[in-house]
Amino acid sequence: MSGYWAGILSILAINVIFAYGIFLPVATGQLNLGGAGFQALGAYTAAYLSAMFGLPVPVTVGVGMVVAGVVGFLIAFPILRTRGVYLVLATFAFAEVVAGTILNSETLGGAMGMSVPAFIDWEIPVIVAGFVTLFVFYLMSTRFGLTMRATHDDEVVTDLMGVNIRMVQVCAFAIGGALAGLAGGLYAHSFSFVEIQSFNALVSIYVLLYVLLGGTQTAWGPLAGAAFFTLLPELLRTVLPQVKSFLAALVGIEEPVGPPDDSWRFVILGALTIAMMVLRPEGLITRTMIERLRFRRSSSAREQVA
Amino acid sequence: MLLIQQFVNSVMLGSVYVTVAVAFTLTIGVLNFLNFTIPTLFMLAGMVGWALAYWGLPFGLSGPLPWPLALFFGMCAAILASLLVERFTFRYLKTKYGDSTEHAIPLVSSLGFLLVLENLVRIGYGTDAQRFPGPSADLTMSIGGIFVRIPQVVSLGIVVLIVVGLTWLLKRSRIGRGLRAIAENPDAANILGVDTNRVVPVVFMLTGLLCGLAGALFAVNYGEVSPQMGEDIGTKAIAGMVVGGLGSIWGAVLGGLIVGLTEMMTIHFFGADTVQVAVWGLLLLTLLLRPQGLLGHHSIGKGKL
Repeated sequence: MSGYWAGILSILAINVIFAYGIFLPVATGQLNLGGAGFQALGAYTAAYLSAMFGLPVPVTVGVGMVVAGVVGFLIAFPILRTRGVYLVLATFAFAEVVAGTILNSETLGGAMGMSVPAFIDWEIPVIVAGFVTLFVFYLMSTRFGLTMRATHDDEVVTDLMGVNIRMVQVCAFAIGGALAGLAGGLYAHSFSFVEIQSFNALVSIYVLLYVLLGGTQTAWGPLAGAAFFTLLPELLRTVLPQVKSFLAALVGIEEPVGPPDDSWRFVILGALTIAMMVLRPEGLITRTMIERLRFRRSSSAREQVA
Repeated sequence: MLLIQQFVNSVMLGSVYVTVAVAFTLTIGVLNFLNFTIPTLFMLAGMVGWALAYWGLPFGLSGPLPWPLALFFGMCAAILASLLVERFTFRYLKTKYGDSTEHAIPLVSSLGFLLVLENLVRIGYGTDAQRFPGPSADLTMSIGGIFVRIPQVVSLGIVVLIVVGLTWLLKRSRIGRGLRAIAENPDAANILGVDTNRVVPVVFMLTGLLCGLAGALFAVNYGEVSPQMGEDIGTKAIAGMVVGGLGSIWGAVLGGLIVGLTEMMTIHFFGADTVQVAVWGLLLLTLLLRPQGLLGHHSIGKGKL
């Protein structure tokens, strides 16, 4: 396997785990715009333990995950007191405070970043991503997953049915934080280097968009969203120059065309977001769609089509 | 003396935050919508203004324009972009009730616009910071040893005028009554004859105007524009808005000034690196301890998002 594809697979696996970390709070109706903060916590914990104490990778990544999860659990109580716009702003502010603290920390390398001695190949993130995917699918099929969906759809009714919605939301937030931390730890070891600039506010925005565009109703959504938007730029890298040279040849200009500006992928992500929100705000993959695929000839599916 | 100078500087810096924070608070107060395109509109005004002053109109229609005219067109671009955002965040939305993330749709669309506009500017004009050819920099006067730059004083005046005018518009005019009715209850306002499709764009025009103005003033006062200039200003304006209280215009004014002051004082006492922690810590504390802010109202922004 070439280094190019290995890099893409690592990024894909990390993005899938990260997307699941944001999916869990969003699936209970809490928009979490602070993903980069949790990822940075996991990445820096892993990097610090690896660089300072030379601990093995499973320990560093595991501790990073636990740290992010515990922080998520602790801040979930005050943060989930806030609602609506306030919740979005509070999670956003949390990520900025984490980034600012790391930036000012001498032991964590500040703006210089930190190199991570232990390196992991692409297989490990991919295997971990597989387990995380299975875990989230399992979680969504349990009673807890059911209460998460119910909380997402209607908090008041779910509360009246005797579900402790506060507990559900805090747990989803904390597990999500832990998964984002896990993604961060794997990131640190896969790229052997962490710097705080790679955990900026835009990263939080991207990952939230992956989740929302993929769809928040089923666990397939984040998988589809993260896979699509990680692989799309790679596809564009080869397709766009061909289109460009084809158009140029059409007008009669013969000149070599370089690879496209990296910004185009974000323009496309943004444009797709806007289009999706207008045409299909519930996301690419919905519960109805899955059911239709699964029971193609059953009566319930036909009712839903009608 | 140095401290007084810092205080004056912080008011000047705060006036830019105030303008952007007022734009944020207006959209939240009336539409319960956190508009993430606002920093981008701010940047768009500055970058389009710079491009026109540097290159002139596209397709070689004219040579480089004089900077006031260029900035005027930059502001127009911000207003147009804002109206485009209105189309896709409010007008063409297909809402199906019963799904709680549906309330997040305008917010998510505005994140999409943020990505599109900012990256298009990057593709078109490059990612580097550019020097803006504003008025010459030595227009400085000294009052009792405190240095004040004249363009900054002028822009402070413009900001005060705009905010007072906006308050008047909301309190006294017919449009303002419509806006306040929508803020109270959109459905009831509609039934009572407020034409939502005519009044809501006004909010977005005002947003574009405020952001464009702030971008233009920033370009003139600090002499530099870049595709990233909105991020920092935007986040600090959000902090200012939250500290002052969501939905309150005078709260945004107060909050913007407090954030400017916090920033300058943090730089003065602790150095430039800790600014982010101080400003965002202030925001987080406000959210946790007094979510309604200094002058805000309990009910705004609480709805499901």
